[in-house]
Amino acid sequence: MSDPLLIGGLAILGVLIAGSVAAIWLPGIRARTATWWVIAALLCAAFALGPVAVAVLFGIISFMALREYVSLAPTRREDRPALFLCYALVPLVYTLIALDLYGIVLVVIPVYAVLALPAVMLLNGRTEGYLAAAGVLYFGLVITVFTLGHAALLMNVPAAEAPAGGAGLLFFLLVVTALNDVFQYIAGRLIGGPKIMPTISPGKTVSGFLGGLLATGALIAVIGPTFTGLGILPIAILALLLPVAGFAGDVTMSAIKRDLGVKDSGKLLPGHGGILDRVDSLTFTAPLMFHVFAFFASTRY
Amino acid sequence: MRTAFFLAMRPLVWFILGLSVGNRAHLPRSGPAIVAANHNSHLDILVLLCSMPAQAIAATAPVAAADYFFRTPLRRFVATRIFGILALERTMRRGSEPFGPLLAHLEAGGILIIFPEGTRGAPEEMGALKSGLSKLVREAAVPVTPVYLQGAGRILPKGTRVPLPFTCAMLVGERLAPSADRAAFMAGLSAAFSALKSAAPPLHWH
Repeated sequence: MSDPLLIGGLAILGVLIAGSVAAIWLPGIRARTATWWVIAALLCAAFALGPVAVAVLFGIISFMALREYVSLAPTRREDRPALFLCYALVPLVYTLIALDLYGIVLVVIPVYAVLALPAVMLLNGRTEGYLAAAGVLYFGLVITVFTLGHAALLMNVPAAEAPAGGAGLLFFLLVVTALNDVFQYIAGRLIGGPKIMPTISPGKTVSGFLGGLLATGALIAVIGPTFTGLGILPIAILALLLPVAGFAGDVTMSAIKRDLGVKDSGKLLPGHGGILDRVDSLTFTAPLMFHVFAFFASTRY
Repeated sequence: MRTAFFLAMRPLVWFILGLSVGNRAHLPRSGPAIVAANHNSHLDILVLLCSMPAQAIAATAPVAAADYFFRTPLRRFVATRIFGILALERTMRRGSEPFGPLLAHLEAGGILIIFPEGTRGAPEEMGALKSGLSKLVREAAVPVTPVYLQGAGRILPKGTRVPLPFTCAMLVGERLAPSADRAAFMAGLSAAFSALKSAAPPLHWH
């Protein structure tokens, strides 16, 4: 493991220990902290084992996120074949990611799934609600499998391109995305003021959004060059866009949950809610991080 | 052995079936007690046994239809040896005492899992509650814990063979005291199921 990753990993360990100590006096964060330990341990193990292990771990996350999505979203009971197809695409996409077949990964869901899903849905012969059902499934596949897959794709970046390797890029993406949520929450609580989207996410304020933008932007400016090796322009783009993307992912999931009449997407992660509640920001930041990096890398891949 | 098996199944049930349990602490830790659940899928028995407190699993027996589960030797083996099923004859014969084994199990300090709808029925729909349970409760005088299960009927509905992943939820209600008044007991049980059902995540499944 290279140096920035080791220091970053130790910093995370320190934060987790601090969280566990704080949890002695704050019973409200106990379950949340315990779940963070499990998440960190799984990610640490996957990083140590390499790109294939990371692809497997994110494949499992995508599977659980997709399952949570199709369990909440409106589906037709005759669409079992189409749902089987959606699930089958998860191992297919992540196998392609593990094999580093980037060009095929890019078209499997955005081109061929969008054609195959409505075709498979014809098998039940029911046209009522057909278009809406196809749209619901396709949107779910994109956010839970396609965009999340970009996180695992970062592992395939050639060692020469990034100072801390693909693992450093993924670590950077995960830390920045998670801390952006935290910064927005803290800034919102400290400053308060007018709400930014009262009909979608009543807890969020303009000050929280701007405070998070500033804090995350500063974090990216400080640790970004070490982990990504990118120059001033791409770092500035990431500093500006990643916090906005994280916020957008968060409120998009809030709007979906509100539409479906639930507060949390599930209960599988004690203290956090469901899988979708945990990965909501990441579904938006992962492709952005990947594309900014790929565009500014010295060799095209 | 059965305890170890169902404890080992817990992570699988979490991962494969996406099971979340609400108010797990309401489940009985020791018998005699009855757990009454709605029934939509064969997975219900697995989900319930996995969710029981570890010290209660060995004493827990699901009650199921003899004509279905004892039809083939393999089914009989799985039903009795792994799931610990107590068979109930669905067809009453003159002079038969179908509740005999159930009462004996309760008297020995056991826990029964009973599906008062009597059958799996249409997926994710609750059928009418049969009043056989109230008769058993009256004779045994044990408390009943209502459990509402959601989602298993979508994973493996009646008539399908391949499970399709969905998340499922289990909501445990507070135990109901035994009552000799059949109508009052059934009304209380229905009300408990309605309350649990309204607390479950909405199903947008058309």
